Amino acid sequence: MKILVPVKRVVDYNVKVRVKPDNSGVDIANVKMSMNPFCEIAIEEAVRLREKGAATEVVAVSAGVLQCQETLRNAMAIGADRAILIETDVELQPLAVAKLLKAIVDKEQPGLVILGKQAIDDDANQTGQMLAALLGWGQATFASKVEVNGNTATVTREVDGGLETISLKLPAIITTDLRLNEPRYATLPNIMKAKKKQLDNVKPAELGVDVTPRLTTLKVEEPPKRQGGVKVADVAALIDKLKNEAKVI
Amino acid sequence: MSTYQAPLKEMHLLLETVAPLAELCELAHFADATPDTVAAILEESAKFASEVLDPLNWPGDQEGAQHNAADNSVTTPKGFKSAYLGYRDMGGTGLPMPADMGGMGMPRSVVSLTDEMLHSSNMGFGLMPMLTQGAIEAILLAGSDTLKATYAQKMVEGIWTGTMNLTEPQAGSDLSLVKTRAEPQPDGTYKVFGTKIYITYGEHDWAENIVHLVLARLPDAPPGVKGISLLVVPKFLVNNDGSLGARNDVKCISIEHKLGIHASPTAVMQYGDAGGATGYIVGEPNRGLEYMFIMMNLARFGVGLQGVGIGERAYQHAVVYARERVQSRDVGAPREPSVPIIRHPDVRRMLMRMRAQTEAARALAMATAFALDLSEAHPDAAERARNHAFYELMVPIHKGWSTEMSQEVAYLGIQVHGGMGFVEETGAAQYYRDARITTIYEGTTAIQANDLVGRKMAREGGVTAKALIVSMREFAAELAKSQHPHLKATHARLIAGIDAVERTVEFNLGNFNSNVRACFAGSVPMVKLFGIVCGGWQLARVALEAEKRITAGHADAAFYEAKLATMRFFADTMIPEAIAAADTIVNGAEGTLAMAESAF
Repeated sequence: MKILVPVKRVVDYNVKVRVKPDNSGVDIANVKMSMNPFCEIAIEEAVRLREKGAATEVVAVSAGVLQCQETLRNAMAIGADRAILIETDVELQPLAVAKLLKAIVDKEQPGLVILGKQAIDDDANQTGQMLAALLGWGQATFASKVEVNGNTATVTREVDGGLETISLKLPAIITTDLRLNEPRYATLPNIMKAKKKQLDNVKPAELGVDVTPRLTTLKVEEPPKRQGGVKVADVAALIDKLKNEAKVI
Repeated sequence: MSTYQAPLKEMHLLLETVAPLAELCELAHFADATPDTVAAILEESAKFASEVLDPLNWPGDQEGAQHNAADNSVTTPKGFKSAYLGYRDMGGTGLPMPADMGGMGMPRSVVSLTDEMLHSSNMGFGLMPMLTQGAIEAILLAGSDTLKATYAQKMVEGIWTGTMNLTEPQAGSDLSLVKTRAEPQPDGTYKVFGTKIYITYGEHDWAENIVHLVLARLPDAPPGVKGISLLVVPKFLVNNDGSLGARNDVKCISIEHKLGIHASPTAVMQYGDAGGATGYIVGEPNRGLEYMFIMMNLARFGVGLQGVGIGERAYQHAVVYARERVQSRDVGAPREPSVPIIRHPDVRRMLMRMRAQTEAARALAMATAFALDLSEAHPDAAERARNHAFYELMVPIHKGWSTEMSQEVAYLGIQVHGGMGFVEETGAAQYYRDARITTIYEGTTAIQANDLVGRKMAREGGVTAKALIVSMREFAAELAKSQHPHLKATHARLIAGIDAVERTVEFNLGNFNSNVRACFAGSVPMVKLFGIVCGGWQLARVALEAEKRITAGHADAAFYEAKLATMRFFADTMIPEAIAAADTIVNGAEGTLAMAESAF
């Protein structure tokens, strides 16, 4: 079985992002970029499944600017066998990414697609679900445990009320939650070997997908600065404020 | 407590200026060291240092390594073994080693940076890879194919570790006094008898075997340094199939109680109490010290990196505290509320001294590493020789100055913390204690200084030192074209610094035969002078590139502006200290040696 793992290049989680002066977006010039942590977990899970013998090949795929190659090399250093970059300078929104991935799935015919549940830049949490819908496949989102047996995957999901275990027929979509695994450090020799692994480059047009954004960003603003607090005289004043000012009770 | 962050941007800038990786990976020898591969290696090494090694640094210091008298074993602090296994599995041990030994063959310009990260995040841990690298190099340099296959291979993979056994109680800096004996056996092996002290990681619980490299005398050896041989003495003997055999007659009888590097066991090793430890000779008899000295340059270079590493860590730690600690009003705005102490001019002075010296020492280290790489890999023999001479000249300067400046940096790190720095819990004191050994081991600063004025300068008639002065003047001419105020100021200072270097080289060459005691009396100040001026030279190369990038409209202008500001500080504050040192070198011997020995 082949596993496809989409990975996203995002601003590194250590970076404190700043809004551009013209409020058109977040300033990512000269900011450290890394693989989305949830995607790292997805790669790790796919590699573990291959190491256990449940899969034979792990293919990483990313969509975006040319520099996404670095992210794909990183995925191959962790253990992906080869990679595909869908190169475009256009701003990609979840639906466009899902369509691009569907085109890749049609071509590659994987038995399983493992994605991060969301990316830490836009926190959209949509691509996996949209891809499942476009493919008409089953989906298990927010996975904290994955077992693959033949044509079935048993997935434990993190849901609001606790844990839910479901079984789904393959091919299917799985999206990873934080506790699924702890990604390994890429070994230094594997970093070097990753350089020699196959990395294909395709353009959205070659896949027949129109990636034109459907949403327009009007304005991006920093969250409002925290206001200083006030000291209340007594409990009655506190309750009054909670009721009438904050309107939370 | 702060968290170590490897200065990756700075490191990349050095790989684009003083140690241009783009040039190295053009050479067949380093074809794999492409900028993108190296970026990924640095990234992963930085992650490991921040996430695994740095959190163990303070607990490792507090717990320390423990010797168990019952079985002469050593227990390292909690978490260190698994950190080592992680480091090994990551492939850390093979990074600089040749590809045919299963290593990655990365240039020293890259390995210097990953080694610095080890020492920054956890010097007590970093010593093990450093010493094992040395042991591997020794075997690769002169060992037989059997020794290479049996021992070096396992050490490259990190399965076994290595040690360097030089010092004995009566033989410290003076290795001609080594007494350990090696008696030849009919089967070609040797029986080794003696006591070795200060053996870093001589015993530990990380690996199943330890490969000791031991300096010893054969029965018929001539006296002094020409009668010392190098032997491999494994903790466990190795069977022909590579499996471990009987325990060898070598044991760790105690470990030292030290000022710093508590996590690193410093062993007293006893050889041959029960009939003799089996050893295998490396290379030819009586040439041990010669082999050791070829390697010694690399070991000294490594200790210089510890100076840079500990300086970086102490600086990062102090900056975090200086930003958080609110105390007193700004002298320039006495009516405003109290401010973080980083606002105070003297705290700024301390942080700048820490930062500027660390950056200059790192730049000098990288220029030295780059020369070593070219001396091995350049296709042109003349270029190889030229770079080798530069490397040889720079090693005592880099080792001597980087470790000495790290004392001041770690000292200032405590000073920035005030009383809280004297309290162990803040962690600033550990850097001060750990740094202290670096000016001592692998040759004290005086030994480096002797090497500089004698072997590396007077003995060759100052050829390399004079070539260095020419190179610095050539660069200064280029720097003179810049109109940037910080670089104009730097140019003036640098010229004065180069003049001072020239004056002392002439003094040394002119007096070495007639008044050698005067030359040696000023040798340590000479290390400082060369360190600061050469460090300033390399820093200025970086600053010049920074100015170009700002002019070209680089988006990360703030980073490059900081380079120029750091350069300005270094030029105005550090270079004058170097020039003052020149006076001491030329005129200080009278006073240093005037007093009668009996008057002390």
